[in-house]
Amino acid sequence: MSSFLPPADRIWWKVPVGRQEIVWIGIALIWCLIMFFMMPYWHVYGKQNLSTEAYQTNPEKYGAAVETFVEKYQTRIDEQSGMPIVTPPAGSDIYMLGRLWQWYPILELEKDKTYRLHLGSMDWNHGFSLQPVNINLQVVPGYEMVIKITPDQAGEFTVVCNEFCGIGHHTMLGKIHVKEN
Amino acid sequence: MAKFRVCPDSGFYFDKSAESLMKVNAVAGAVFLLIAGILALGVILTRWQEVHLLPADLFYQVLTAHGINALLFWVIFFEIAILYFASSTLLRSRLAAPGWAWAGFALMIIGAVMNNVAVLQGNSSVMMTSYVPMQAAPHFYLGLILFAVGALIGCFVFLGTLVIAKDDQTYQGSIPLVTFGALTACIIAIFTIASGAIILFPTFLWSIGYINHIDAEMYRIIWWAMGHSSQQINVAAHVSVWYLIIGILFNARPMSEKVSRFAFLLYIFFLQLASAHHILVDPGVSAEWKIFNTSYAMYLAVLASMIHGLTVPGAMEVAQRGKGYTKGLFEWLRKAPWGNPVFSGFFFALVIFGFIGGITGVVMGTEQINLIIHNTIYVPAHFHATVAVGTTLTFMALTYLLIPVLFRRALFLPWVAKMQPYVFAGGMTIMILFLLGAGTLGVSRRHWDMDFTGAALSFEYPGTAYMMMAVGGIGGVLGVLGGAMYLVVTVGSLLFGKKLEPSAGLLQSFGVPLAASAYNIDQPEQLQMAPKLAVEEHGSGGFEAPGTFVLALALLVCFVVYYAINWDYLASVWPMG
Repeated sequence: MSSFLPPADRIWWKVPVGRQEIVWIGIALIWCLIMFFMMPYWHVYGKQNLSTEAYQTNPEKYGAAVETFVEKYQTRIDEQSGMPIVTPPAGSDIYMLGRLWQWYPILELEKDKTYRLHLGSMDWNHGFSLQPVNINLQVVPGYEMVIKITPDQAGEFTVVCNEFCGIGHHTMLGKIHVKEN
Repeated sequence: MAKFRVCPDSGFYFDKSAESLMKVNAVAGAVFLLIAGILALGVILTRWQEVHLLPADLFYQVLTAHGINALLFWVIFFEIAILYFASSTLLRSRLAAPGWAWAGFALMIIGAVMNNVAVLQGNSSVMMTSYVPMQAAPHFYLGLILFAVGALIGCFVFLGTLVIAKDDQTYQGSIPLVTFGALTACIIAIFTIASGAIILFPTFLWSIGYINHIDAEMYRIIWWAMGHSSQQINVAAHVSVWYLIIGILFNARPMSEKVSRFAFLLYIFFLQLASAHHILVDPGVSAEWKIFNTSYAMYLAVLASMIHGLTVPGAMEVAQRGKGYTKGLFEWLRKAPWGNPVFSGFFFALVIFGFIGGITGVVMGTEQINLIIHNTIYVPAHFHATVAVGTTLTFMALTYLLIPVLFRRALFLPWVAKMQPYVFAGGMTIMILFLLGAGTLGVSRRHWDMDFTGAALSFEYPGTAYMMMAVGGIGGVLGVLGGAMYLVVTVGSLLFGKKLEPSAGLLQSFGVPLAASAYNIDQPEQLQMAPKLAVEEHGSGGFEAPGTFVLALALLVCFVVYYAINWDYLASVWPMG
C-alpha cells in the first residue's frame, strides 16, 4: 500500500536496491546503448541513410528548376495522365515536385545508377511514399531536399502522397520507372 | 474552511471542492471520449476499404475531430482529475485555489467546445497536427490555446496543493510514489503547454492575418514538442495510476522507492526529446540532432519505461507471494482477480503498452528505420497501443475504482464492466496488429481511399494489405464496442447506480446542497508513513519476483528480435544517402 502512502523509510534513497532490479537495469541499459550505437553504425556501414543536404527555396524558384529539368530531358508523354516522362542521364540531378495533387514529372531511371533526387513542394506539406519499395520522406514547402538514391530493382514504382494535403489527397500519385541497363 | 469527508470503503479523505472538481473533470473527459469514440467508428468504417463509409470531405473532418477529442480533450480532462486526486486526496490536503481550478475547468470546456465547433463548421479539417501552411479557422487555434491555458491553471493548482500540504504538514516524510509520478506528469505538462503556446499563438495570429508567414519546418519541430510531449504526460500519468491500482488492489509497495522515482526523473529529463520522432525524414535536420533526440539522449527514457515495466508487475508479484501465492513462477498472476475490471484493465494496458506500444515506438523512432515507416498506418497503430490502450484503458480501469470511492455509487451492470476490458483490449489489439502489418506494406495513414479513385495515374496495393485493413476494421469496431460498454457502465452508474453512504452525487458539484453530516471533518489526521514490513524473502538469490523477471526477459527477446527484423527490412530497400 505504500505506493500511495509516504515511503516507509524516511531516508528512502538510502535503502539498498534489490539484486533483481539492479540486474534488470543493467540488462536494459546495455540494450539501450546497443540501440543507440546502431544508428551511427548504420551511417558508416549501412546503405540506407537520409542525406541532410537541403536548401531553403520558394515555389517560383523550385518550380522553375523543375521546368528546366523537364524541358531538357523529356522523352515522351505518359498516355494515361498526360504527364511528361523525363529520362535524365545516369548520375545526374533529377527533380520531382509535389503539388495539389500530383507528383511531377514521371521519372525514368536506370537500375543500379545513382541519382541526386531533388524534392520540393509547391504548396502544402506532402509525403513522398515510394511503393512498393516503401521509402517515405516528408516534403516540406520552402525546402528543397536532395537525396542520393540508387534504384536496385527494375520495374514501375509509384509515389503515393502520404501526408494529408486536402480533399484530393488520395488522387496524388507519381511514377518512377526503372529500366534494366 | 475546507471540509472533508472520509470514504468508509477506501479510507480516502475528500476535500469538498477537490471532490467536485475531480468529478466534473472526469465526467467532461468521458463526454469527449464518447465523441471521440463515435468519430472513431467513422474513421474505421471508411478505412476498411470494402465498407468505405464516408465521403472524402467528411472523412477528413471526422478524422481531425477524432484525433483532437481522443488525444487531447479526453485524456487531459481525466489527467486534471488525477492531478487533484494525487495531491488533495492522497495527501489529505485542501485544494489550493479552488476558484482558479474552476476557472481553469471553464476555460478548458470553452476551448474544447470552440475547437470542436470550428471543425464541425467544416473549414478546419486540418488534422490534429494542423501543419502550416494549410490553414484552419482562427477559433480552431484559439480553442486549443484556451484549453491549454485552462490545463496550465490545473497544473499550478496541483503544485499549489503540494505546497499547502507540505506547509500544513498533512503527511509525514516524503510524498507518495503515486503523487511523485503525478508531479512528473505535471512538470512535463508545463513544458508541453509552453511549447504549444510558442507555436499556436503565432499560428493564431497568422490565421487572422497579423503574421504573413510561418516557416513550415519550424512549425513541425515546435508543434511536436507539444504533440509528442503531451503523450508523455499520459505515460507519466498512467504509470502513476498503475502504482496506485496495485497499491489498492494488492497492498503492493514499490520494490524500491529509489528505483521507481529515479525512473520518473528520467522521464522529466529525457521524454521531451521525442519531438524528433516526427522529424526523422524531414529536410535539412542533421543526423547528430536526430540521433541524440530520437533516442532520448541514449534511450534513457526507454530505460525508465523498462524499469517501470519490471517494478510495477514485480511489486504486485511480491505482494501476491506474501499472501501465499508462491507456487511456481506464475501462481501470483493466475490467481489475480481477473474478473475485476480494475485489475484486468490495468494489466492489459500494461502488457499492450509495453509489448506493442513500447517496442514499435522504439523501432519506428530509430533514425534510419523511420524511412520505411513514416506516415504509414503503422504510426496510428503504434499510438493506439500506447494511448488508446495504455493510457485510455488504464483510465477506464481507474474509473471502476472511482465510481464507488469518488462518486459513491455502486457499479451499474457489473457484468458489463467485468467483460469490458476484455472486449476493448481484444478488439484494439486485433486492430493494432493488423494495422502494423498494413503499414509495413506501405498503406498510408490519413488517406481516404487506398484505391486512389479518380487519380490520373493508378496504383494497387497487394491483396494482403486490403485483408489487413479489413481485419483491422473488425478489431476497431470491437474496440468501439468496448468503449461503448465503458460509457454505458459509467453513465449508468452515475444515473442509476445504487447510492452508497455517505453520498454526494455529481449534482453537488454544482452547488446542490447535501446532508451537512457528510462533510464533517475539518482537517483529517496526519497521513502516516507506510508501515515497515518485516523483511520476507521470496524467490531465490535476491530475485524477489522471479515470474516478473521471466516476463521482462520475454519482453526483451521480442524487442531484440523485432528490432533486428526491421533493420533487415530496411537493408532490402533502395540504397540512399
